[in-house]
Amino acid sequence: MNEPRSNPLALIAELTHRCPLHCVYCSNPLELEARTTELSTLEWSRVFQEAASLGVLQADFTGGEPLTRPDILDLIRAARATGLYVNLITSGLPLDESRLEGLVQAGLDHFQLSFQGAREGIANEISGTRAHAQKLRVLEWLKRHRLAVTLNFVIHRRNIEQLPEMLSLAESSSASRVEFANVQYYGWAFANRDSLLPTREQLTHSIDFLKKAQERLAGKIKVEYVVPDYYARFPKPCMGGWAQKLMLITPSGEALPCHAAKVIPGLAFENVKNRNLGEIWEVSDAFRRFRGESWMQEPCKTCDRRALDFGGCRCQAFLLAADATATDPVCSLAPQRPKVDALLLTINSPAAQASACAPAITGEATEPRLADSSADASLRTTAESKPAWLYRPNPS
Amino acid sequence: MSIDLESRPRLAPGCRMEEKRQEPRTLLMPERALRLNGPSLEIVERCDGQHTVQQIIGELQQRYSKAEPAKVEQDILGYLALLQKERALDFEPRNT
Repeated sequence: MNEPRSNPLALIAELTHRCPLHCVYCSNPLELEARTTELSTLEWSRVFQEAASLGVLQADFTGGEPLTRPDILDLIRAARATGLYVNLITSGLPLDESRLEGLVQAGLDHFQLSFQGAREGIANEISGTRAHAQKLRVLEWLKRHRLAVTLNFVIHRRNIEQLPEMLSLAESSSASRVEFANVQYYGWAFANRDSLLPTREQLTHSIDFLKKAQERLAGKIKVEYVVPDYYARFPKPCMGGWAQKLMLITPSGEALPCHAAKVIPGLAFENVKNRNLGEIWEVSDAFRRFRGESWMQEPCKTCDRRALDFGGCRCQAFLLAADATATDPVCSLAPQRPKVDALLLTINSPAAQASACAPAITGEATEPRLADSSADASLRTTAESKPAWLYRPNPS
Repeated sequence: MSIDLESRPRLAPGCRMEEKRQEPRTLLMPERALRLNGPSLEIVERCDGQHTVQQIIGELQQRYSKAEPAKVEQDILGYLALLQKERALDFEPRNT
């Protein structure tokens, strides 16, 4: 009933919540963990050893920005020494050529670089930082190393028109994989959601464009696309099932079944400082709470799809329906689906789409739009004025 | 995306075997892991930048001599194509 699969396969290591960027779509929790609470190098090393013993195969180094850890090389070495495959999920800041060399020498397997846009204007607006130029430099340095590289473009209404240009950027790089990941609505993304959701038309055109790109680039670059589940018919099989495939450790050592789990009230979280990872995986209240099917309500309880998508995302059910046991409201069978439909109506209303072409409220000149392909034209939205973004701050 | 029989496949950067030596062995790559045993393991072990695709086919046709050679070839090409799509393999061009 509450039996875990035999072991987790991935460890998500949130090394810190510090970050030089302030992305409006960040899925970190609204309450960020202070620097003083961060686990030490030694504590993380023990976590990696325990994870490897447990059968974990992959470690994702993330955050915040993992490169802000001064001990990042020691952490990579420690993880690698246990046999773990090390993924670095990074903005590319702070980094220089010799530091990149150091990461490679330390045994890094995979470098995933985030992009907030194809061009400086929108990229810097979304990240609240002048970060784009540095990312382009990192792309050049990466060409000189034998490393798996993935570019991750976070997609939303404000930059979806740049898809063709983003793809060109990826093709001119040494990346073997590119992910176009539509924003998922947790943390800061949830707060900024109404300014981020793409229109149905934009989504349809983007799927069409990227399907063609996938075919064209098959065998050369693996192109992946994640659509916003608000537009789906059925929910995503979140995390591969609650506490089935991965565990996340926060900067202060709390063990979570996913990065958003703390929005759900009443869950008790264990800390790696006090307890072995294997024990936590097995007995932690937060991990046990939504394993299996006993927690399900109708329609999930008797639904033919329950073993496929597990009723969707518990955190999203809480965020949208104030009930973590409810069917994920993005599901077409969910009693709360009308809430999602109402939101999509406002995003897609003729009034919203024909919103006035006011100039951007930044000090920068509005950039000329690309006009070189029909795919691009259909992705374009009428110029919205720059939203009143809620920017992710840095923790204390 | 057809596979050149004279090319020499090898594991792409960031694609490596798990260090544990007991079966089933696992091929690790960005955010994916493939369990390998029997034929799939034998194919991947020969993706060393030395064996040509034709040689891999030949060796496995010998190992699996009871199987239809055409089927062995088809299965191997299919599996290599799958790995290529995952970007797990680079194909070194034939020596000129």
